[in-house]
Amino acid sequence: MLEIKNLHARIAEDGTEIIRGLDLTVKAGEVAAIMGPNGSGKSTLSYILSGREDYEVTEGDILYNGESILELDAAERAAKGIFLAFQYPVEIPGVATMQFLKVAMNEQRKYRGEDELSTPEFMRRVKEAAAELKIAPEMLRRPLNVGFSGGEKKRAEILQMALLEPKLCVLDETDSGLDIDALKVVADGVNSLRSPDRAVIVITHYQRLLDYIVPDTVHVLYRGQVVKSGDKTLAHELEAKGYADIIEAAA
Amino acid sequence: MNMQQVIKMTAAETALVDAYTAQLGDLPGNGAVLSLRDTLVHDLKTAGLPTRRVESWHYTDLRTLLRSVPAADPSAFSDRVEAVVTGSSVLSVRNGEADIKGLPDGVTARSYTESLIDGSAAAGLSVLGSDDAIGRINGGLVRGGLEIAVAEGVELEAPLELQVVQSRGQAHTRFPVSFGAGAKATVIERHLSTDAEPSFVSSVSDVTLAEGADIIWIILQQQGTADTHLGQIRFDLGRDAKLHLFVINAGGKLVRQEIHGRASGEGSDLTLRAINLLGGDSHTDVTFTLSHDVPHTTSSEIIRNVVFDRAKGVFQGKILVAKDAQKTDAKMACNTLLLSDDADLSAKPELEIFADDVQCGHGATVADIDHTQLFYLLSRGIPENKARAMLVNAFVAEIVEELEDDEALVEALEGVISAWLEKHA
Repeated sequence: MLEIKNLHARIAEDGTEIIRGLDLTVKAGEVAAIMGPNGSGKSTLSYILSGREDYEVTEGDILYNGESILELDAAERAAKGIFLAFQYPVEIPGVATMQFLKVAMNEQRKYRGEDELSTPEFMRRVKEAAAELKIAPEMLRRPLNVGFSGGEKKRAEILQMALLEPKLCVLDETDSGLDIDALKVVADGVNSLRSPDRAVIVITHYQRLLDYIVPDTVHVLYRGQVVKSGDKTLAHELEAKGYADIIEAAA
Repeated sequence: MNMQQVIKMTAAETALVDAYTAQLGDLPGNGAVLSLRDTLVHDLKTAGLPTRRVESWHYTDLRTLLRSVPAADPSAFSDRVEAVVTGSSVLSVRNGEADIKGLPDGVTARSYTESLIDGSAAAGLSVLGSDDAIGRINGGLVRGGLEIAVAEGVELEAPLELQVVQSRGQAHTRFPVSFGAGAKATVIERHLSTDAEPSFVSSVSDVTLAEGADIIWIILQQQGTADTHLGQIRFDLGRDAKLHLFVINAGGKLVRQEIHGRASGEGSDLTLRAINLLGGDSHTDVTFTLSHDVPHTTSSEIIRNVVFDRAKGVFQGKILVAKDAQKTDAKMACNTLLLSDDADLSAKPELEIFADDVQCGHGATVADIDHTQLFYLLSRGIPENKARAMLVNAFVAEIVEELEDDEALVEALEGVISAWLEKHA
């Protein structure tokens, strides 16, 4: 589903290279965890996958279902099924949450040549998904992410993911700022979306989230490269020993 | 010896004086009104249109900006259009003729032309000062309008829309409106053009609120892209009166909307909100003065400007607090989204405070679209043009939503704003 080949990327503004020859393959149905110390390029990778213009790809390619997505803008990538759950969801005063959800769902449908959702059908879907994630209706009446607690923001991200039904989900530090109960709700939400035709990339600093979203593969990112890959036991190893050994071996 | 400088009149100045001369004998008014008109036009001729050297016109050099004025054309009036809020009572003025059919109970209205003819309009025709070019032009050339009284204690269910639809030529109208004690109403003063032909419009509203009146007054300016619109509203707030004044500029080539008010009754309150949607080569000026004359009055002003293309916006806001006006609470903010490199906005907020126990403040911000917010919307599959429109809309929607008590009104104004943004964003 996703194939990243020898990717090099830098910050557009000052030319700082962040991703330095990264290779990664994620298959449909797979849950891949990306771990690594601070500053290793984890969040940058998530932004590059979703098409943030602050970064420039200088070498290599990103293939999604066999096609390069480098020329697509963020909205096109989203409509093709790539979803980023933000580490810090953005507050947008003046944009109603429900209006935002409806526009996003319908714009994606339009792009794919599908009919727009009727209002009752839209409402039904939102209600159902919100109930699953224990999101109160009052929260949906507020402006987008405004006044949401950290946990509410993360749940709202998963709600969007559930409604937009992406094929490739990238979760950027979704566990940060969550207490254990909120973490479980969020993890349940993600797990319920696991399916043979959907891939999930879980970017995390800690092993904790991976107890609830159990990955098929684990990749360690360091200085913009995948320096080690393995199965879920690699995450436990990291938890126990830290990154030092792997980094040393890579250096 | 009179050392008065002889300056050559501009094309626009000549056209305005010519419009007066051409209509002599036809402009309504008794002796007093006609002699006032003559003085006003004489002053216009000798002083000329204001330039940047006149302080209150510093950012809107009318003499330079007003290149031409179309001749008055009695055939240039369009039919009434649908009310912006469904169910409103619509009163209209066409070529000076007032149409007052469909007046709700508790409201009386008559044609302002009659007040000019019987001379009762004379007192109101005076200018606010030597720099009051709008008062001068309008007073010289006004043909009609509506004189409206909302009786004491009357609460209007539906909005009252005062409609001036212009297509070409000139229109000069006046709206003296009085609200009795405890009256409650929403008035929509609506100026619009139905085509792209240039027109020249001046309009002066003179509004008084008696004790405890609670009024929403909306000025909705939707002129065409070649039009000049010179608007002025004067208001006086009686004891405990509340005015929510909402200005939306969504059209015009050269626009100046002046707002001059007095809080002359204790406990009175002004809420001023303005949304200026500016695009193309337009120049739009909102100039506001408020005088807090007595103790315990409050005001809050929020101006939101959205500036595209090569448009230029101006906001001048001056709050005066008189020596005796203790406990005044006044807050003014002007926030701007500049959406192109050639867009321009000048903001000049001023406070003149002579009392010592007051709470007054002002602030101004200028920004571009927030790129983090834009990326967030894009990342959900919302195309860039739509995402930008949503963010611009969000910037102004906040202050429309303050009118939440009237859902139909909020919806109508949101409709005007999103229609404008769809065309320009």
